[in-house]
Amino acid sequence: MDTLAHLADGFAVALTWQNMLLALLGCFLGTIMGALPGLGPSNGVAILIPLAFTLGLGATPSLILLTSVYYGAMYGGRISSILLGIPGDEPAMMTVLDGQPMARKGMAGEALSLSGIASFVGAFLATWGLILLAPQLVKIALLFGPAEYFALFALAFMTLGGVSSTNQAKSAFAAALGLGLAMIGVDTQTGVPRFTFGEVHLYDGLDFLVAIVGLFALSEVFIFLEERHGQSDAEGRSVRIGRLTPPWQMIKSCTPTMLRTSVLGFIAGVLPGAGASLGSFISYSVEKRLVDKDNSFGTGDPRGVAAPEAGNNAAAGGALVPMLALGVPGSGTTAVLLAVLLSLNITPGPLLFTQNPDVVWGLIAALFIANIMLLAMNIPMVGLFTRLLLIPPRILMPIVAMVSFVGIYGISGSSFDLLVMIGFGVLGWLLRKLDVPLVPVILGTLLGNAMENNLRRAITIDNGNWWTLIDSPLAMALWVIAIAGFVLPILVGRKVKASMHERGDEEGAISD
Amino acid sequence: MSDRIFGIFGILLAVGFAIAALSIEESFLSDAVGPKAFPLIIAAILGLSSALIALRPDPEPRWPSLLRLAEISAAVVVMILYAQLLPVVGFIVATACAATYLTWRLGSSLPGAVITGISTSIGIYVVFHLVLGLSLARGPLGF
Repeated sequence: MDTLAHLADGFAVALTWQNMLLALLGCFLGTIMGALPGLGPSNGVAILIPLAFTLGLGATPSLILLTSVYYGAMYGGRISSILLGIPGDEPAMMTVLDGQPMARKGMAGEALSLSGIASFVGAFLATWGLILLAPQLVKIALLFGPAEYFALFALAFMTLGGVSSTNQAKSAFAAALGLGLAMIGVDTQTGVPRFTFGEVHLYDGLDFLVAIVGLFALSEVFIFLEERHGQSDAEGRSVRIGRLTPPWQMIKSCTPTMLRTSVLGFIAGVLPGAGASLGSFISYSVEKRLVDKDNSFGTGDPRGVAAPEAGNNAAAGGALVPMLALGVPGSGTTAVLLAVLLSLNITPGPLLFTQNPDVVWGLIAALFIANIMLLAMNIPMVGLFTRLLLIPPRILMPIVAMVSFVGIYGISGSSFDLLVMIGFGVLGWLLRKLDVPLVPVILGTLLGNAMENNLRRAITIDNGNWWTLIDSPLAMALWVIAIAGFVLPILVGRKVKASMHERGDEEGAISD
Repeated sequence: MSDRIFGIFGILLAVGFAIAALSIEESFLSDAVGPKAFPLIIAAILGLSSALIALRPDPEPRWPSLLRLAEISAAVVVMILYAQLLPVVGFIVATACAATYLTWRLGSSLPGAVITGISTSIGIYVVFHLVLGLSLARGPLGF
């Protein structure tokens, strides 16, 4: 009952004109970003953060705008998957398998509307899952002391590499690089400058927003320049949609699939290091094994369209659970959302639920509203978005670059930050070429200082005894999970990753 | 080969990071751990993972040709110039030039690129400055 009362309060927060408009704008932009190949949820949200920040939006409105973009991108990715056979973003890659054949059979409209419904079901159920699960996780998190938090951060880093990279050494490198970058600046506990090399600009530390926009958005521009990929993928193709209502029979036959994959996707989203791409991958594979009796998956089976779409939208909701309840994001886009909260001086985690319940419940209510908006936008108005697919990257990418510059310049008004951002753009391009995942780098710069503070607090409380880190059963359990999460993928994960990367596009390193 | 070079570079980075960490001046008021310990742990992980990357390299990535590499470097130079000139010449002029360049290099015809660049610049100015009220760099002409 308590939950429902909170939710009612949340709707009171979300149902203001400003928040509704922001949700609408976020849904619209998110769908576009999801649909356009080259822009996905993580870099889409990354570009918009500085804007939300400089516009002086509060915590709740910013989060509403940016999570609407996140949910919207999950919807939008399917459009180009189905119509062009090119995933609009990474989570939509499994939708290509059955969506594209359906479109070739002249059933593009049915595929789009069915996947829209599946997205809605997945996101709707996942938002309920978020409501039910997050408070439980908060109860556990309230038992955490500094040693447990340190172990939890270690767990986040060690499991993040598990799925997002094919090479554990590279994900460890990425995490250490991110943590190292976070160390730059004046030490918060003793006040001595570290790694600043006398440069006054560095005393405050690197702004992680600058790092995120550079790594995620600018590096994408460099990738496009490298391949001189300026033409629109949709050019010269006839994009015919056809009827936009799926037959009732089709929805009925897909309902069990949608419900099952929503649950699967949600679980995949909650697990650290997984994110929406894995959610849609697992959903598709399991569903194929479960119901594909006559080998129709891969040839345009509607269930093969519904499964990954329900899965990735549910995973997007699931990924919000650890980010909000523990302050430890498990995926690229939630890491970017964490950056928003941190730059607004709000620390996610158990205290968020007690100190800023309006932020949490306003966000949750906004997710319900955004979801309904997205359903409305993505079925009757899908024609509008298909036309936007015609925007060629040669026009889109310069806009992405310029908006990134505007956003970062808007925050600080300093050219130095712009140069740092360009540096991160080049670094991001180089790391993507070398197949080093970018998400641990971001997570490292975000969590580095909190991780160090918890380490030092834990040890100082225990008078300099380092064994205090593995002193409590809870901390030990977290370390065991962390080590298992790091080692297991080396032993058994190769196959899953290989088959996932087969379908991946060049966005591989930015997994969301 | 790329991974071996990358690994060795990583080891050097780790060593540099460790040296820089050791040279941090300790304050007389310090906690039990001090400001050096955590950076040293990071340096150790950085070094270990780099060594592993160098010893067990992945298959060679697909590097662009020299021409494409020059393309990226040129874009970086343009962006650096953009960052430096932004406060000098103002938002609209600088952005129009940079956007024109990028659009042109991504395969537009030159006249098309100029039109796209100028409209991108003015579009961003209208949306972000006039509508949303973001403060953009002012040039000598006031925009």
